Amino acid sequence: MMEFFATHGNDLLIKTWEHLYISLAAILLGVLVAIPLGILLSRVPNFADRFISFIGILQTIPSLAILAFFIPILGVGKLPAILALFFYSLLPILRNTYIGVREVDKGVVEAGRGMGMSNWQSIMKVEFPMALPVIMAGVRLSTVYLIGWATLAAFIGGGGLGDFIFDGLNLYQPALIIAGTVPATILALIADRSLSMIENKLTPEGLKNSYKTA
Amino acid sequence: MLEFKNVTKRYDGKTAVKNLNLNIKKGEFVCFIGPSGCGKTTTMKMVNRLIGISGGDILVEGKNIKEQDAVELRRSIGYVIQQIGLMPHMTIKENIVLVGTLLKWSKEKKDQRARELLKLVDLPEEYLNKYPHELSGGQQQRIGVLRALAANPPLILMDEPFGALDPITRDSLQDEFKKLQKELGKTIVFVTHDMDEALKLGDRIVIMKDGEVVQADTPDEILRNPANEFVEEFLGKDRLIQGRPDVTTVEQIMENKPITVPVGTTLRDAISIMRDKHVDSLLVVDSANVLKGFIDIESINLNHKKAKVVDEIMEEGIYTVSHHSLLRDTIHKILRRGAKYAPVVDDNQRLVGIVTRATLANLVYDTIWGDGTELEELTQAAE
Repeated sequence: MMEFFATHGNDLLIKTWEHLYISLAAILLGVLVAIPLGILLSRVPNFADRFISFIGILQTIPSLAILAFFIPILGVGKLPAILALFFYSLLPILRNTYIGVREVDKGVVEAGRGMGMSNWQSIMKVEFPMALPVIMAGVRLSTVYLIGWATLAAFIGGGGLGDFIFDGLNLYQPALIIAGTVPATILALIADRSLSMIENKLTPEGLKNSYKTA
Repeated sequence: MLEFKNVTKRYDGKTAVKNLNLNIKKGEFVCFIGPSGCGKTTTMKMVNRLIGISGGDILVEGKNIKEQDAVELRRSIGYVIQQIGLMPHMTIKENIVLVGTLLKWSKEKKDQRARELLKLVDLPEEYLNKYPHELSGGQQQRIGVLRALAANPPLILMDEPFGALDPITRDSLQDEFKKLQKELGKTIVFVTHDMDEALKLGDRIVIMKDGEVVQADTPDEILRNPANEFVEEFLGKDRLIQGRPDVTTVEQIMENKPITVPVGTTLRDAISIMRDKHVDSLLVVDSANVLKGFIDIESINLNHKKAKVVDEIMEEGIYTVSHHSLLRDTIHKILRRGAKYAPVVDDNQRLVGIVTRATLANLVYDTIWGDGTELEELTQAAE
C-alpha cells in the first residue's frame, strides 16, 4: 500500500484533478446549455416532448462509441472528452428543467402574469426559483453519472482516473484498477453531497417545507 | 370606468364572446355569472389582456387597452384568482407588494404599504414575515386580495376568488370584501358560478350564455324580472321564491284596513267593536290617524271599573314597522319578539296597515303552494 503510494501517489493526485476537471467542465457546460434550453422548451410544450425523446435516443448510443466518433472530428485529448461527456449530461438536466418548470403551479404563474410580470420576470422570479429543486436533482444525477463515465476519457487520451484503470487492465495489475476506481467513487460521493448542500442553499426559504431534499 | 364595445373573442372558428357591450361605472361591483364555457372568464381576462381581443374595443378609464403595453396595463389593474397564486417562495410581505417590486418602489414604500394593507384585513404584523404555506386558505386569499390592492388600482378583476374556500370562510370573506370594496370605492369585475355569491356581492349581475349577455341588471331586478327561461332556470326555483319576499316590502302584503278606534272612544263602544269585528285588540289612533297605542280585551277586563275611555288604559310605545321596510326583516322581528301583529306606519307615524301572523301564514302558504296571485285574492277576501 505504502509502496503503491510512493510510486503512484503524485500521479494519483494529478489524475484525480484531471478527472475532476474533465467532469466538472462537462457538467458546467451541460448546466449552461441545458437549463436555458429546458426553460425555452417549456414555452413550446408540443415541440419539447419530441425534442426530449430525440435527445433520449441519442443518449442510448454507447458512450464508448460516442468517444470513438469524436476522434475523427475533434482528435484526441481533453476537449473531445469534455464534449462527449457534456453530451451525456444534457438529458437529465434538460428533462428535469423542462419538467420542473412545467410543473410549477399554473395558478402562481398566472397570478404573476396577471400582476404584470414580463416573461423574463416570470422566469427569473417565479418559474426558475420554484423549479430549482427539480433542476438541481437533474444536475446531481448528471454529475454522479459523469464522474463515473469520465473514466472512459482515458480511452481517447483525455487523462483522468481512467488512465489507471486502463493501465491496470493492460498490465493485469488489480491495484491500479482499484487506484482508479476508489477515488472516482469518492469524487462522485463528494460531488453529490456538495451539490445537495448547494441545492439547500439555493432553495428558496418558503419552499423548503414543501420540497424536502435528501 | 370600464367599457366593452362590441367585444368579440374567437378561438379557431369558435366564438367565445359575441359582440359584448357593457358599461361599468366607477365603484360598481359587477358579477359575471353563467354556466361553464359561457365566456365570463374570457371576458374578464380580455380586460387585462391575458387573452387577446378578436374584435371590438375595451376602454379602461376612457383609454383603449389595445393602445397600452400589456405588462404596464396589468400592473395598473388588480387581479385575484381562484387558485390564490401566492408565490410560495416569497414572504407574505413580498407577496403583498409584488406589483410594487415590479414598479420598482423603494424598500420603505413597500414596507409601509404592506403594513397598511395588512391592517385592512385585521391580520397581525408578524404575518409579514411568514410564508404562504403557514397560512390557512382563507388567510391566503385575504393576502391575495391585498396583493391586488397594493398599487391602489381603481379596477380589480377577480376570477372566482372565493371558489376554493370552505363555505364558512367564504361567507366571512365575502362580507369582509364587500365592506372593503365600499370603503375603498374600487370598481370590481367579479367572475363566479355561484348565484348566491353574485346576489350577495354584486351591484349588478351580468348573466352570460354562449358568449352573449342574457341579462345585466341589479340582483333585485333579476330576481323580480328574469329576462327569460334560461335566467329563471339558472336562478333556480328556490331562489326565485326566496327572492320574492326578499324584495317585497311590508306595504305590499299588509292588510290595509286595520280595525281602529279613535282616542276618546268609551270602553263599552270598544268592546262592541271587538265583538262585531271578531278581534281581541284594537289600535287607538287620533284624528290624524296617528297611532297612539292599543288596547286588548284583557286590559279592558282588568280596568273596566276604573276607566271610562280607551286613552286611559291603552298601552303606548307599541312596536311598529315602517311601510318601506322589507318583509324579510319584518318577519324576523315579529317572530323574534313573539308579537301577534305589527302595525304598519308611514313616515309621519300615521297608521296605514297591519301585518299579522295570519298574513305571514298566508305568505308562507303561497310560497309553498302557489305564486303571488293567490295572496292578493286572500288579502282581498280578508278585507
